Amino acid sequence: MKRLRVLWLLLWMCALYAVGIYLFVGGFLLVRLEVNRTSTCGDVLQPGEEPKDFCRVRPRFRRAVLLIVDALKIDFAWFDPNNAAPRAYENKLPVLEETVSSRPAHSRLYPFRADPPTTTMQRIKGFTTGSLPTFVDVGNNFASTAILEDNLIHQFGQVGKRVVFMGDDTWENLFPKKFHRSLPFPSFNVKDLHTVDNGILQHLYTTMVGDDWDVLVAHFLGVDHCGHRFGPDHPAMADKLTQMDGVIRSVMDRLQNDTLLVVMGDHGMTDTGDHGGESQKETDAAIFLYSPSPLFSAPPSQSEPDVVPQTDLVPTLALLLGVPIPYSSVGQVLLPVFPPHGQTEDAVGGLTQLEALWINAKQVNRFLETYSGMAKDIPAESLSQLKAEFSRLSSEYLATVRQGRPPSPQLAASLQAYLTSVRDTCRATWARFSPLKMAAGLAILAFACLTCFVLSELSLALIREDGPGLRAPVVAALMAGVCAAVGQLSARGYVEVAWCLAAAALSSELLFLWRARRFGTAAAEMNGPRASWLTPRRLLAPPLLVPLLRCASLLSDSYVIAEGRVVTFLVFSLALYIPIRLNWDGLLLPPSHDPLKAAGLLPSPALSPSTVRKESGTLLACLGLLVGSLYLSLSFHACREEQGTCQPSPFLSPLSRLQDNRLKNLHYVLSVLALGLWTYLLRRCLRHYGNLNSASGTVFAARWVLLLLSVCLALYWAVSATPEDSFRNLAELIGLAQLALPRVAFCLLGLGLSLIWLDPLTVFAKTRAAASARSASLPPPCYRASTGISPQAELHHLIPQIYQRMRRSLDDGEASGGVEADGRPAVEAYGLGTVYSAPLLLFCGLLGMGLLLLHPEAMALSFLLLLLEMGALLHIHASSTTLSGLHATCPGGFNVPWTPVVLWSLAATQFFHATGHLPTFPSIQWGAAFVGFPDGHTGTVLPASLVTLNTFASHILFSAGCPLLLFWPLVCEVRGSRAGRACGEEGEDAAMEMRLRENPQQFSSALLQLSTRYLFVLGAQVFASVCAAAILRRHLMVWKVFAPKLMFEASGFLVSSASLLIGVTLVLRVDVAVSRWFKRLIPDASR
Amino acid sequence: MWGHEIRAMASTHAIIAASVFMATVLPAALVRGFSVYGTHLLWLYSVSGAVTAVSVAVFWLLGITPPTKKHTVGYKLSRLFRSCLYFFLSCLFFHTVVVLYGAPMIESALETFSLAVLLTSLTTLRCLCVHGPNVQAWIRVFSRHGAMSVWDTCLQITVACTLVGAWVGAFPIPLDWDRPWQVWPVSCSLGSTIGFLTGLVAAPAWIHYHRKHLTYKCK
Repeated sequence: MKRLRVLWLLLWMCALYAVGIYLFVGGFLLVRLEVNRTSTCGDVLQPGEEPKDFCRVRPRFRRAVLLIVDALKIDFAWFDPNNAAPRAYENKLPVLEETVSSRPAHSRLYPFRADPPTTTMQRIKGFTTGSLPTFVDVGNNFASTAILEDNLIHQFGQVGKRVVFMGDDTWENLFPKKFHRSLPFPSFNVKDLHTVDNGILQHLYTTMVGDDWDVLVAHFLGVDHCGHRFGPDHPAMADKLTQMDGVIRSVMDRLQNDTLLVVMGDHGMTDTGDHGGESQKETDAAIFLYSPSPLFSAPPSQSEPDVVPQTDLVPTLALLLGVPIPYSSVGQVLLPVFPPHGQTEDAVGGLTQLEALWINAKQVNRFLETYSGMAKDIPAESLSQLKAEFSRLSSEYLATVRQGRPPSPQLAASLQAYLTSVRDTCRATWARFSPLKMAAGLAILAFACLTCFVLSELSLALIREDGPGLRAPVVAALMAGVCAAVGQLSARGYVEVAWCLAAAALSSELLFLWRARRFGTAAAEMNGPRASWLTPRRLLAPPLLVPLLRCASLLSDSYVIAEGRVVTFLVFSLALYIPIRLNWDGLLLPPSHDPLKAAGLLPSPALSPSTVRKESGTLLACLGLLVGSLYLSLSFHACREEQGTCQPSPFLSPLSRLQDNRLKNLHYVLSVLALGLWTYLLRRCLRHYGNLNSASGTVFAARWVLLLLSVCLALYWAVSATPEDSFRNLAELIGLAQLALPRVAFCLLGLGLSLIWLDPLTVFAKTRAAASARSASLPPPCYRASTGISPQAELHHLIPQIYQRMRRSLDDGEASGGVEADGRPAVEAYGLGTVYSAPLLLFCGLLGMGLLLLHPEAMALSFLLLLLEMGALLHIHASSTTLSGLHATCPGGFNVPWTPVVLWSLAATQFFHATGHLPTFPSIQWGAAFVGFPDGHTGTVLPASLVTLNTFASHILFSAGCPLLLFWPLVCEVRGSRAGRACGEEGEDAAMEMRLRENPQQFSSALLQLSTRYLFVLGAQVFASVCAAAILRRHLMVWKVFAPKLMFEASGFLVSSASLLIGVTLVLRVDVAVSRWFKRLIPDASR
Repeated sequence: MWGHEIRAMASTHAIIAASVFMATVLPAALVRGFSVYGTHLLWLYSVSGAVTAVSVAVFWLLGITPPTKKHTVGYKLSRLFRSCLYFFLSCLFFHTVVVLYGAPMIESALETFSLAVLLTSLTTLRCLCVHGPNVQAWIRVFSRHGAMSVWDTCLQITVACTLVGAWVGAFPIPLDWDRPWQVWPVSCSLGSTIGFLTGLVAAPAWIHYHRKHLTYKCK
């Protein structure tokens, strides 16, 4: 068989998908490294001889009130007295305009431009750290949402300012334990307009009058929720804004002279009240600055900025309140609030414009240097340009200060220009989707899906020599990649790998598709027109309708939130479809006694009524088992925060966290029972097919490693569940066991898996007439593929399946006559019938145990359900194959139809949820990284891979076990079904999986087809979630639902394809071993 | 060829559809505060009661039901009893299937069972009317060559439409639109009713257009 060809094709397919995912994700998810340094008061930012402590200087303002009105769009804040018929949101905040016009030295109103993504959490991060948060801020701690970067709140705390917070509880998650006093209110319910606001208003004024605060942050949510619920143009919005107007007035009345008031929106909203995207309506909020003491040195003039970027708030507030600017801020101070040079006397203790700019520029430069040392995503030439600019400016500034002459206005302007260009560079790197890359990724993924589909349809032709090969596409890919690289080098001077990959992938896909099309038309000319692939009738048939529905469901946030149940629903529907379809074809019930048939006018049925009845019984029983495990698996789901009334499964918490001792014991006993049953079922299955007889490594693994592993697991659970204070004396021992047991289990797992890999044969050959069989004149050896070794087992089992190794073409008549005369085969081989599936089954079983180790103990029940469901699916597939007589019609028609493949891949997603996982970042089970490493790790590779294994456990198991779908109908084949069938000479004697060996070409093509079909279903899901992220990138839920879903779907696909490749490789490895075994047995008949 | 039978079928279906319509309109006139969403269970039982009564009456009058072999009162009584039993068992069956599909097990058991009753009266009852209490015959009808008469084909179409309607009716439940018809089991029962009505229209039409190709084996 063409092993390498299958493997290369699959590898190529996976690489195409991976390139598509890489390109899209590179354009969609912007990654930024978090710099974990903080600014301190001792930072030497001022030029001068003695390093003076920055924080000692008396600040311009002692206190500040930060009123954040969520989604306060700039349109809401303008006041137009000439507007006779204002809309619901217009002219509702007259206080701002009144103050600005009556006290111009005290107040100013600016548009306040946020950076995308315009969602509240990202914005809070933005205007407290001063940086441009991306979707993924790679920091040290992925698990919590707390901000670890340097930020304003942290700096306030460092200098001893008491920060009082009230309002949106997002702040409490972002800054845990950072506030002097905190009054969070639930922000989750978008329909609730008043809870947060009324909660704030209850406490705001009393707090302000008191003296227990230095910085007061109040975050109102009513306007935002009103926008989401009713849209901006609604009377409720008018009420809400009027209420805010009153709030601002009352706060202004209570301000003291040393206090600064900032009223701001964190983002705007579209005309429908949504936000999250990058349109100007969403990004432009309002900012209003006010102080009872004069704040601005000059009345509004031409030099005022038109728009204030949101990042600028951070350095401005920091310098006004006398704290260091947070380390990774890229903002620029708001110049009008600082007095120009020479006016410092009347503004007490303030910095001049130039000083503020200098401090700011120096801090930004320091951050840029640190960041470019850590990451390489800022283009090198712009970085060097910025550096040169800074050194020029700094020498100029220092010269000015040293000589004591008044600075030139150009210096301030060029410092400002420097800061602006830094921010623009950073924004270009971090805060902008790259639509071109997204489109390229989408196109590559779409073509990859199509290629995968074509590949699965043409698998047989591809395995034969005459079909379109892989060489041309690969050569085309290489050439296109090199061309792209050369083109980039000549045009831009540097090479971006992503585009080379894109060119390579696209060209090879297109070339393959074109060749396949030409090949297809040529084949059609030869064989006559064949059924088209994508007719509506085929698309609406349930096996393709269900994945279509599944893909469509990824485009709606509600369905993604309810994904676990949606997938279960679909699996159930498709499983019910199988018997209904069989009944529709009249294959489920034994045919009734028809006078026509009795007279022999119609061909007699292929299966005897008793066989049909038995197979239907198996089918229905397995369907029951499947439905039962589907239903039970629902009770292992975790809950998303969007699901209000949902209760997470009690099995999800580790045993050590359970307080009730009886419950703990019950859970433990249940888990150990499930584990025992898992082991027993695997061994039982292997023994039933006679795979436990030989002395190979795999059999050793099945006999001992499996057992030891389960004992290890049970002991480890017991040890980790013991409460810490109960056995004081044994504390050391327990500690040691917690360290050693999982490591022993890992070692055993590694041993078992490598044994399976090295010595995968589970065949036991027993020579009957050892001496005589060697002589050449005697009949060639024949053997049985039987089950047990004991005579009892032989009796119990099916008729020993006699498999004649010599094909008739090799045999001469004399030799076959000899066999008949002898009457007994010379060699009996036990377990030959399941030689391919047994190692794979054992592999999955061992792997499942290893993955179970990484889960909470009670998940053993869920894993048992997984095994049962796998078995049920396999048996349903086998029975329906037998009933529909697919194998009877033609020998070697091993093709696996769509229905079981779709079921198999949906079951992977279903058990992703049923093992307590969710496609959200907070739900990742970080505890898995500490199994066997209770004291943490030094590197990041090992914990990351442990967490990946834990998260995608069901994907791994189902993908690695995917080739079982090909073997199971053969394993469960009914002897009688082929009796009397003249399907070809050679198929006659081969039994069970030996039929695969007899038809190596069909074996390869069926394996390829199965894998590509599986990859197609998975890839279609990835494509759908990529589409969802691309289309809905302005959706309210994009950063909460779609982007995490995309990340999980994409990484799930990568993990699945890798384990699918492992599974297929294992099968091919077994095939190599089987060939070698035959060669050893019959040297002359080697293939 | 079967113009007569198709006409009979069309008029039967018109009567049944009218009964569904009346079952929606009449209680609205009689009962105060009646609405399809608000007092959903009442509507549901009124529809299933109406459909049950009208179908039994019409099919009995038309004489579709296969002739009984014996004519003793005891045999007829036992047939009646078995029919009622099957009706009830079918309710339980649908209830189980719906729960397995993910309906709440305990909280709204009454609503789920009511949906099962509705589904039974739209599907199983028709099987009972056409084939009598004979499960083997019911299963056999739903195969490609299982239809023995026009009425069997019609049975296939209406039952499939009803079940597909109920299945599709479950789709809007997870959406966050907060509409009154998303409450369990309103969307499913509406879906099955709409599917049933569609089936009532589609069956005679389909048979009419395919009458050239339809052949039935003799009984």
